Amino acid sequence: VLLLTLSLVAIAHAELCKPDAQNAFKVRLSIKTALGDNAYAWDANEEYLFKAMVAFAMRRYSSKSTTQISNVLLCNVTDRVSFWFVVTDSSKNVTTVPESEVEAAIRMNRNRINSAFLLSDKTLQFLKITSTLSPPVEPSTPVWLIVFGVVLCLIVAGIVFLIVAGIQQRKKKNKESTERENLEEKGEVTVTIENGIPCEALDLKAGHINGVFAADDERFTSL
Amino acid sequence: QAMEKSRPLWDNPLQFVFACISYAVGLGNVWRFPYLCQMYGGGGFLIPYFIMLIAEGMPLLYLELAVGQRMRQGSIGAWKIISPYLCGVGVASVVVSSFLSMYYNVINAWAFWYLFHSFQDPLPWATCPLNSNRTGYEEECEKTSSTQYFWYRQTLNISPSLEASGSVQWEQALCLTLAWLVVYLCILRGTESTGKVVYVTASLPYCVLIIYLIRGLTLHGAVNGLVYMFTPKLEQLSNPKTWISAATQIFFSLGLGFGSLIAFASYNEPSNNCERHAIIVSLINSTTSIFSSIVTFSIYGFKATFNYESCINKVILLLMNAFDLEEGSLTADNLNEMKDYLMATHPQEYAQLSPQLKNCSLEAELDTAVQGTGLAFIVYSEAIKNMEVPQLYSVLYFVMLLMLGIGSMLGNTAAILTPLTDSRVIAARFPKEVISGVVCFINCVIGLIFTMEAGNYWFDIFNDYAATLSLLLIVLVETVAVCYIYGIRRFEKDLHTMIGRKPNWYWKIMWAFASPLLIISLFIFYLTDYILTGTLQYQAWDATQGQLVTKDYPGYALVVIGLLVAASTMCIPLGALLTFIRKRLKRESISTV
Repeated sequence: VLLLTLSLVAIAHAELCKPDAQNAFKVRLSIKTALGDNAYAWDANEEYLFKAMVAFAMRRYSSKSTTQISNVLLCNVTDRVSFWFVVTDSSKNVTTVPESEVEAAIRMNRNRINSAFLLSDKTLQFLKITSTLSPPVEPSTPVWLIVFGVVLCLIVAGIVFLIVAGIQQRKKKNKESTERENLEEKGEVTVTIENGIPCEALDLKAGHINGVFAADDERFTSL
Repeated sequence: QAMEKSRPLWDNPLQFVFACISYAVGLGNVWRFPYLCQMYGGGGFLIPYFIMLIAEGMPLLYLELAVGQRMRQGSIGAWKIISPYLCGVGVASVVVSSFLSMYYNVINAWAFWYLFHSFQDPLPWATCPLNSNRTGYEEECEKTSSTQYFWYRQTLNISPSLEASGSVQWEQALCLTLAWLVVYLCILRGTESTGKVVYVTASLPYCVLIIYLIRGLTLHGAVNGLVYMFTPKLEQLSNPKTWISAATQIFFSLGLGFGSLIAFASYNEPSNNCERHAIIVSLINSTTSIFSSIVTFSIYGFKATFNYESCINKVILLLMNAFDLEEGSLTADNLNEMKDYLMATHPQEYAQLSPQLKNCSLEAELDTAVQGTGLAFIVYSEAIKNMEVPQLYSVLYFVMLLMLGIGSMLGNTAAILTPLTDSRVIAARFPKEVISGVVCFINCVIGLIFTMEAGNYWFDIFNDYAATLSLLLIVLVETVAVCYIYGIRRFEKDLHTMIGRKPNWYWKIMWAFASPLLIISLFIFYLTDYILTGTLQYQAWDATQGQLVTKDYPGYALVVIGLLVAASTMCIPLGALLTFIRKRLKRESISTV
C-alpha cells in the first residue's frame, strides 16, 4: 500500500509539474556568468534550498504557515541550469496555487531569494516575472549644474578682473600724460621727443615701416 | 598732440607659432582626417595628402603669413594696400569668419555639456534611462544605442525635421553662453591675453593625445582598427575623389582665407622669419592629423571588437537559453560548429530561432566610417564608457575638444576683430574690450538658433555651405592678386626686406601656377557637383526608427544656403565695383574743378 500511495503521489506530481503546465514557472540560473571561478555546482542540496526559499516566500506573502517544502515541486532540470516549478496547495488536494499569488510572493521577496543564491535579477531569472528595474540615484541638483556653476564663476571673475585692471591701467596712463603736459607747460621736464612722439611712449619693439622709403618703383612715373 | 599708438605685438615668436598651431590644429584634424583616411584607401591616402601639402598647403600658408606680416593690418586693410580694388576680398574674409564664429562655438557648448556630465558614475550615456513604469528602457533608446540616445535626445533634443523648429533648449543656451564668455576672456586684451592663452590651447591637446595614444594602443582590439586603417588600398589612388578630398582637407585644415592668419601675422615683428614658421605650422598640422587618426583608429578597433564580442555573446546566450545547454559549453571558438550541430539535431527549433541570430562580423563593425560630430560625440563616448575609470578619460577627451575648439575660435574672432580695431573710425571711439564684447554678444545671440530643437540641422547647413565655396574663391583671388596684380617681383623684394632672402623657385612656381590651378579645379569640381546633384538633402533623426533618414531641404533653407554663399562671394566684385565708382567720381570732381 505504501508503494502504491508513493507512486500515486509521484504520478500526481508529474502531472502537476510539467513544462508549460498551468501555474508553472520556468526558472533559469546563470551561475557561472555571475560567479565565475567561485561558481557552485547545482545539485540536490541547491534544489532543496530553492524549494525552501519559495516556501518561505509563500509563507511571508500569505502569512499562513501552511506551505511546506514538500509543496514546491521541481522538474525538468537541465544542464543550463533551468527548471520548472509549481507550488501545490496542501489544503486542496492535487491543485496548484494560482500563478498570480506565486508571482506576487516571489516579487515581494525577490531580493532575499537572489541573495540566498548569490545571484541577481539578471542571473536568476523567473521567466514570466518581469523585475522592476531600480531607477538610478539622482541627486537633488544635477551634478552638471554644479560644475557649470563653478566654471561660470571662475570665468566671470577672470573677465571682471581683466576689465578692471584694464580700466585702472588706462586711468594711470591718462593721469601720467596729463601730469607730463602740466610739467611741460611749466617747462620743468625735458621730454625727449622724436618726430612729435615722446620716446617713452614709443614701443621700441614695434618698428614702423616708413612707406615712403620702401623700395617702390611703381610710385614713380616711368620714363 | 595725438600720440601714435603702436601696434601690439606677440611677446615672442613662439607665441605666434603657437597661435597659428592652435588655430590650424582644430576639430577637423580629429574628426575629418581619420574618416577620409578610411574612405580613400587607408595608408595609401597619405600619398595624395602629402603631395597636396607640398603643392598647395605650404605655399598658400606662407603667402597669407607673409601678406599679414608685410602689411601689418587685418585682412581688409592688407588687401586694400595691395590694390584698392581688392578691399572686397578682405570684407569677404570677415563675412566668412563671422558666419564661422556664429556656429562654431556651438561645438564648444556641446563639449562643455559632455564635460560637465562626465563627473557622474556611471556616465549618463552608458545606460539607457528607464521608461515611465520602470519595466524596461525608453523605447527610443532601445531601438538605437545609449550613446546615440544621449546625443540626439538628451543633448540636442533634436526634432524630426528642419521645419519643426521647436524651442530653445535652455541647457544648451547656458553652455553656449559659457563658451562665449570663455572666448571673451581670452580675446579681451587682444594679443596680450591671446598670446598667453595659446600656450595652453596649443599644447594641451597634444598631452591628451599622447595619453590617449598610450591608452588606445593598450586597449583590447585596438590592433584590429590600426591594421584596418593602415593597410593601403592603392586602387583608391585612381579615384579622383581621393585627390580632391586630399586637396580639400589640406585647404580647410590650415584655415586659409578666413583672414585669421593675416591677423595673427600682422602682430609680428617685421623681421620675423615667416617662411620657417609656415613650414613648421603646416608640417605640425599634418602630423597632428596622422597622429590623431592613429588614436582614432585604435579607439575604432576597440569599439568594433567590443561590439563584435557583445554580438557573439548575445548569440551564445540566445542559443544556450533556447536549447538549455550547459553554461560554458558554447564559446566564440566552437560557435560555428555548435550552430551546425544544433541545426542538424533540432532543425525546427533552430529554424524558429534563426531570424534572431545575427551574423556578427568584425569587418562590418570596422566599416562604419563616421565623421564630424558623430565621431567626436557618439563613437568616442561609446568607446570611453567601456574603458576602466571612464570618468577620467571622458574629462580628458572633452577638455581636449574644448582646447581645440577654443583655439580655432580665437583665430576666428581675431579675423573679425583685427580689421575692426584697425579701422580708426571704430577704434577711436570704443576701447577694444567693448568692441570684443559687442562682437561676442551678437554672435552669442545669433548662436541661440543652433540651440533650438532643429538647431543641429541649421548647424549642418552652416558647416557645409557657409565657408566651402567662398573660401576657395577668396584664396584664389588672393593668390592671383599677389602674383599678378601686386607682382611677384615686388612681393619677392618685400620678403627679402623682411626675412633677408628671396623665396626660391619652389615657392614662386607654386604661387604662380600650381596652387591657383589646384584651387580652380577644386572650385569647378564642387560647382559641378552641386549643380549635378540637384536638390540638396540632409540627414534627419527619426525617433521612431532610431536612425538617420535622408530628407530634402525646404525652400527657405535653400534660400538661406544661397544667401550664405552669395553674402561672402559677392563682396569681392562689389568691392571692386564700389572702388571703381568712387575713383570715377573723384576723377570727375577733380576734372570739373
